[in-house]
Amino acid sequence: MASSINQNFPTHALPSFRNLGVVLRILLIVNGASLLLAVVRTPTWEAVPDDFMVQAVLVQPVLLLALVVLYGLSPALGRLPYPSGVASVFAVAAASGALVHLLAGGVGGIGASPDLVRFLVVSVAMTAVLLGYFDLRGRALSPALTEARLQALQARIRPHFLFNSINAVLSLIRSDPKRAEAALEDMAELFRVAMSDSRKLSPLAREVELCRQYLELEALRLGERLRVEWHTEKMPAEALVPPMILQPLVENAVYHGIEPGSAPGTVTINIYKYRDEVHLAIKNPFHEGGREQAGNKIALANIRERLSLHFDAEARLDTHVSGGAYQVRITLPYLTEAGA
Amino acid sequence: MSGNVSLRALIVDDEAPARSRLRDLLADCAETHPVEVVGEAGNGAEALAILNDTPANLVLLDIRMPEMDGIELAQHLQKLPAPPAVIFTTAYDAYAIKAFELHAVDYLLKPIRGARLLEALSRLPPLKAPSADALNHLASGPRRHLSVQERGKLQLIPIGDVIYLKAELKYVTLRTREREYLVDESLTRLEEEFGTLFVRIHRNCLVARQHVAGFERETGESGEGGWLALLRGVPERLPVSRRQQHVLREFGR
Repeated sequence: MASSINQNFPTHALPSFRNLGVVLRILLIVNGASLLLAVVRTPTWEAVPDDFMVQAVLVQPVLLLALVVLYGLSPALGRLPYPSGVASVFAVAAASGALVHLLAGGVGGIGASPDLVRFLVVSVAMTAVLLGYFDLRGRALSPALTEARLQALQARIRPHFLFNSINAVLSLIRSDPKRAEAALEDMAELFRVAMSDSRKLSPLAREVELCRQYLELEALRLGERLRVEWHTEKMPAEALVPPMILQPLVENAVYHGIEPGSAPGTVTINIYKYRDEVHLAIKNPFHEGGREQAGNKIALANIRERLSLHFDAEARLDTHVSGGAYQVRITLPYLTEAGA
Repeated sequence: MSGNVSLRALIVDDEAPARSRLRDLLADCAETHPVEVVGEAGNGAEALAILNDTPANLVLLDIRMPEMDGIELAQHLQKLPAPPAVIFTTAYDAYAIKAFELHAVDYLLKPIRGARLLEALSRLPPLKAPSADALNHLASGPRRHLSVQERGKLQLIPIGDVIYLKAELKYVTLRTREREYLVDESLTRLEEEFGTLFVRIHRNCLVARQHVAGFERETGESGEGGWLALLRGVPERLPVSRRQQHVLREFGR
């Protein structure tokens, strides 16, 4: 399937150090490594427990100290970007190692203790192994999470639109039952897609069809005020795009560009392929100082996130205002069912 | 029962189907609560024009409308000689609904249910306009117009047309390029609401930032003169008080 090959789901994240499972895994892995080391270091099986105990004098304090510190820092670490989080965990491990080494040296109880540098190398290496393990494990589990997230992001048709449309359809039932029927059919289609499997990419032609149905519904409410210009002559109809990628942008254009004005306004939709990229551009009249700019930002952030979940860095969304018009442009890689 | 007051209603909504839906539903209620629909309006200005000529005692008012939202229109309606009762209609706005409940302002959720409309109508007498206080709380920002009453009619002045506001005796004088109006609101209240658009240059005067052309020294007979504000579109020069001279710096003087 094109959809599963071409999509990336980058989900690097530190484990939660307050999670019992995580703490137990760390204890088990570190002690297991220590035990193996003891097996390697000693000539006979009988000597293994003694050697393990000798190591434990240094290993357990470092381990426990680091875990306590990480337990405390866990919420803060979770908010950091992944690379900074990793660096912080390394710093905690190294600092715990250094501190314990210093104290143990001061007490002078351990004759055969390694020098500080080698001790720190082992602490940091062990930390690296643990973080690597947690990262792999996290990614193995993540597709389910990612899917849930995509679903949640997608199912966001404005309630404002839903309720106003139902109100409009209700008004038609007596006067124009045929039109009311058609409107309900459009609405059903729209919501079927909005609630469908969001991981499958869908053909661009399908998305455009959906947008036309959506605009039919809006025309019902807004009448003459809504004018639409389609430029789809050079549209690659077979290109695969995330479902419901176009409709929210058109909905935004209507909500912010048409509804705030009482004079008719035009939404222009321009779709074409250039080199190996598909461009979707939507333009609408810009109204200064609208009372609800925040809503637009949320919708755009939502689409940006969906684009990055599907295409990582290969897709872009940018906006600009010029000459009294607001334009959103999405650029995404040209994919087809056959070419995947 | 609606008692002996006959209901005369105006329907205000920017969407035609929403208006016809309300008309249908009002017709359905006619048996127990006869309501005469005096008109339909697609925006606030249209609504005021109708109300100036055809008094109504009930306005069914959509909140989200272009140019002027329903809350602002309701604020202006209060200045009518006999302010009508208002039932707001809205599709979806969790915040607004909370505010309506809080201030006991009547509202209908879209899609509007016949039963719910009937309920609202049966509660109607006494026909009481919403309180100014409640509306101020419901407003999501400054109004886009000021309204003045002249010869019993309400007139709207877009806030962008206002060049300055000057307090004189009992009233505030509002100046546009064309003429002056008397506004029945306090300068302090206006400054609170429109503080970002206007700047106070004198204890009794607010000028629109966008209409300030510059400042010049007053060359009075008393020698050392104060500053005067020059405004685009009107010949008047307004004195800047000593206390407010810091505003000159804002305009690069």
